[in-house]
Amino acid sequence: MELAVFREYLPAYARAALATLGIAALGIVLATAVGLVTAVVQYAQVPVARRVAAVYVELSRNTPLVVQLFFLYYGLPKVGLVWGSGTCAVVGLGFLGGSYMAEAFRSGLDAVEPAQTQSALALGFGPALALRHVVAPQAVALATPAFTANVIFLIKETSVVSIVAYPDLVYVAKDYIGTDYNTAEALFLLVVFYLLIVLPVSLGAAALERRVRRAGFGA
Amino acid sequence: MPDLGLNVLFEGRNFVRLLGGLWTALWIALAAMAASVVLGLPMGVLMTSRHRLVKLALRGYLEAIRVLPQLVLLFVFYFDLTYVTGVNLSPELAAFIVFTLWGTAEMGDLVRGAITAIPLHQYQSGYALGLKPSQVQAFVVLPQSVRRLLPLAVNLVTRMVKTTSLIVLIGVTEVLKVGQQIIDRNRFQYPDAALWVYATIFLLYFLACFPISRLAQTLERRFAV
Repeated sequence: MELAVFREYLPAYARAALATLGIAALGIVLATAVGLVTAVVQYAQVPVARRVAAVYVELSRNTPLVVQLFFLYYGLPKVGLVWGSGTCAVVGLGFLGGSYMAEAFRSGLDAVEPAQTQSALALGFGPALALRHVVAPQAVALATPAFTANVIFLIKETSVVSIVAYPDLVYVAKDYIGTDYNTAEALFLLVVFYLLIVLPVSLGAAALERRVRRAGFGA
Repeated sequence: MPDLGLNVLFEGRNFVRLLGGLWTALWIALAAMAASVVLGLPMGVLMTSRHRLVKLALRGYLEAIRVLPQLVLLFVFYFDLTYVTGVNLSPELAAFIVFTLWGTAEMGDLVRGAITAIPLHQYQSGYALGLKPSQVQAFVVLPQSVRRLLPLAVNLVTRMVKTTSLIVLIGVTEVLKVGQQIIDRNRFQYPDAALWVYATIFLLYFLACFPISRLAQTLERRFAV
């Protein structure tokens, strides 16, 4: 491995790391939104919508992101729906992550004891207010560990977005391997940059979990 | 939409070829899962050991595997190994080894979790009844751990199957690669082939994983403590 090669490659990797982070952030936001809607629809047992949510969760959880992305990027244009690689990547992550987030939120909601809702209703809260002010705050705390696990999972899942030509870290690494044949350097930097992204997030997640537990919500 | 691009699936042996590609992926997943169970069980038991160094080493292995995306592990193992040592593995073998390394770490952690979830009083009650340590392990800890472990291990199978979708990127001719070949071969007769082929692959993966995750759910409910 040569130092000069590292110096030459660093800017491209730094740019790609930002691209990876950007797509991960957008994907996580979309997944969280989809997950929230899905979890609430299932928790409140909204007719019809709850069935749709159940089908969605099974489809999303039982298929790989790579296959979802291939369909979005190469399949959908045939029916006139042409999305760029960034859009495909975010939509794919949202579709995949939405079900994981939904499960996290739902387990959080289910873990709040029914007595909490009953007490709130007895005190004159409506069902929506009870959910908003009594159940949800506790559920958020209970769902935090699963949520942060999903965040890390989704960041790692972004590693496949190069198959739809999104210029992320893997894309850059493959590019350098192909053009310069500096396989060792390119892959070394790939590992280093993923560590730089994932390690701080896992440490932050661990700190957040400790904090939530100290808040006394968790069991 | 022009008249049914869906027909591309029934041209010649296309559909059978897709199934063959899926089988390649499933086969690697199942073989790696079997190896992961065999290696993961002792790893999980060792992770509960009181030996500080053993625990630290296994924990380090688990975290090192977990922190990186599986695709990066595949790349490092497949490309770097050849580049550095000159050993030339087939992509199938490289995929099997990487999935086993990953599966062993995950399985080990599941086993560790299942064992440590057994409350202390179970051990104490066993000893109070006059059981020997080995008997406590065999008749008290093991049966309860297995009930906790089984649904999670079955779930790991679906994760393993889904992860096989990555191996096309190191050159294994599995279902996605076969799909690409079919699309390219029929570019002019069936310009819309991509839609149908990828939808079919999506469905095939679903059909492969859905029964397994259902099984995991059923087991979980049946064994609920």
